[in-house]
Amino acid sequence: MQIYLPIAEVSVNAFLLLGLGGLVGILSGMFGVGGGFLMTPLLFFIGIPPAVAVATEANQIVASSFSGVLAHLKRKTVDLKMGTVLLIGGLIGAAAGVQVFAALTAIGQVDLLVRLCYVVFLGIIGALMFLESLNAIRRARATPGGAPAAARKQRTWIHALPFKMRFRTSGLYISVIPPLLVGLFVGILAAIMGVGGGFIMVPAMIYLLGMPTKVVVGTSLFQIIFVTGFATLMHATTNYTVDMVLAVLLLVGGVIGAQIGTRIGVKLKAEQLRILLSLMVLAVCGKLAFDLLVMPHELYSISDARAGH
Amino acid sequence: MRRALAALAVLAFALPAGAETVVAGLSQEEISITTNFDGSEILIFGAVRREAPPPGTGPMEVIVTVEGPSRPVTVRRKDRRFGIWVNTDASEIDAAPTFYAVSTSGPLQEVLTQTEDLRHRVSVPRAIRAVGTGIADQEAFTEALIRIRSDTTAYQLNEGAVRFREQTLFDTGVRLPANLTEGDYLTRIFLTRGGEVVDVFEQAIPVRKVGLERLIFSLAHDRPLVYGILSLAIAIAAGWLASAVFRYIRS
Repeated sequence: MQIYLPIAEVSVNAFLLLGLGGLVGILSGMFGVGGGFLMTPLLFFIGIPPAVAVATEANQIVASSFSGVLAHLKRKTVDLKMGTVLLIGGLIGAAAGVQVFAALTAIGQVDLLVRLCYVVFLGIIGALMFLESLNAIRRARATPGGAPAAARKQRTWIHALPFKMRFRTSGLYISVIPPLLVGLFVGILAAIMGVGGGFIMVPAMIYLLGMPTKVVVGTSLFQIIFVTGFATLMHATTNYTVDMVLAVLLLVGGVIGAQIGTRIGVKLKAEQLRILLSLMVLAVCGKLAFDLLVMPHELYSISDARAGH
Repeated sequence: MRRALAALAVLAFALPAGAETVVAGLSQEEISITTNFDGSEILIFGAVRREAPPPGTGPMEVIVTVEGPSRPVTVRRKDRRFGIWVNTDASEIDAAPTFYAVSTSGPLQEVLTQTEDLRHRVSVPRAIRAVGTGIADQEAFTEALIRIRSDTTAYQLNEGAVRFREQTLFDTGVRLPANLTEGDYLTRIFLTRGGEVVDVFEQAIPVRKVGLERLIFSLAHDRPLVYGILSLAIAIAAGWLASAVFRYIRS
């Protein structure tokens, strides 16, 4: 069934969009990532104009994350205080990121920047997570019944920073500066890459802030909702590129997928979850790097002033 | 059809003897983009009206063009820098039609002279305006634009697609892709003899979004903040609803 998208101005198969939404939704629920880093390139691939894909994806992430957050709130695995601190940084970052995006669009390098961001961040994070998860699994095997979480109690430079705050749900007493900076950084990336930023935030929360894996997924979803909601409004008012019909189709699939994913996530062990996520991140990174390195089939590209009419 | 015949009757008296004129009709007066819009086909048909027997100088040919609204475009070229492929050169093309199709009753080279092509901007390269870009190989950029748009059937050259019977009746169909830009699509029919244009017929077909498509598009552009908030509200409502439904099913 073909459906015409009013803002994207293309005709696509409605079931293809539902399927894509569902698939990405499952991943979203399992890992607490918005899934934007998979969905945005997939939308480019099926012929949605990049500007519309990025903006609409932000809208869709709000919905798929919303049902995820509800599931996590019920299980009390959201650190609302930490989420709010991350959110403050995220909103500032998103506002700055939109400006960078606009400036690079004008000189025609936004595509390159987005791809490079993907390759660099996905590569680093994927590799780190993969190695760490592998070690954790090996440690767990070597000492049966031993507690692998012991390493988290180490004191680092993070504990020396001022403005300390108690985050009861996470069981942390740390300075608000690191979470603010993490939020800010993720906000910038969210705006530039058209993603929720969960794939950056989840590892940052685990390794940098030392939050327990249990609350990380819910808290990151909580922050993502508000940052992507803000990004949606920015895109809608400045570029008119949010496609409501596309978003609704993606989220109908996505919301159902997220519910299934959340339940799968509960059944898997944290290390298994992380190793799966890291493999997926590395695969996307590899594909994008390959595209940058190999001579493209068509050297020329057209950027029509569609958004301007 | 009746209107066309009435016009024909008027023309029959007004024209000097020996002139050949085109009388034509289109299958659609306008194209509406609806939710299930998946491209469209316009049928163009007509006849040659003659007051005298055709002159003996070569056969008559028909060229039909359909042209969408023009927009400026930027064509960028990639080059290898530091091992990766990066956009390096760019060329601004002042105006290029978002859609352009040429259908002819024979090979374009034979049915139209270069001079007439220049005058009426018939062939695809002539329909694109690119002036004063200051790039040495502007040609390559224009060619790339045509190549990319031809791949997506936004630009079409259908030689021999016009059926021309008895030197009098002609008809052809032009397929419009789904990703149409809104605006007036100008249909032109050229009658040529020996490569020279004898008569031209022009009619515009408006392409408009209608119904829900129009509503959403207008809201997004006229009330962007309301539209943005509405998009979020729908997203959140759907998220909550699906979650509730899922919970209900499981319990």
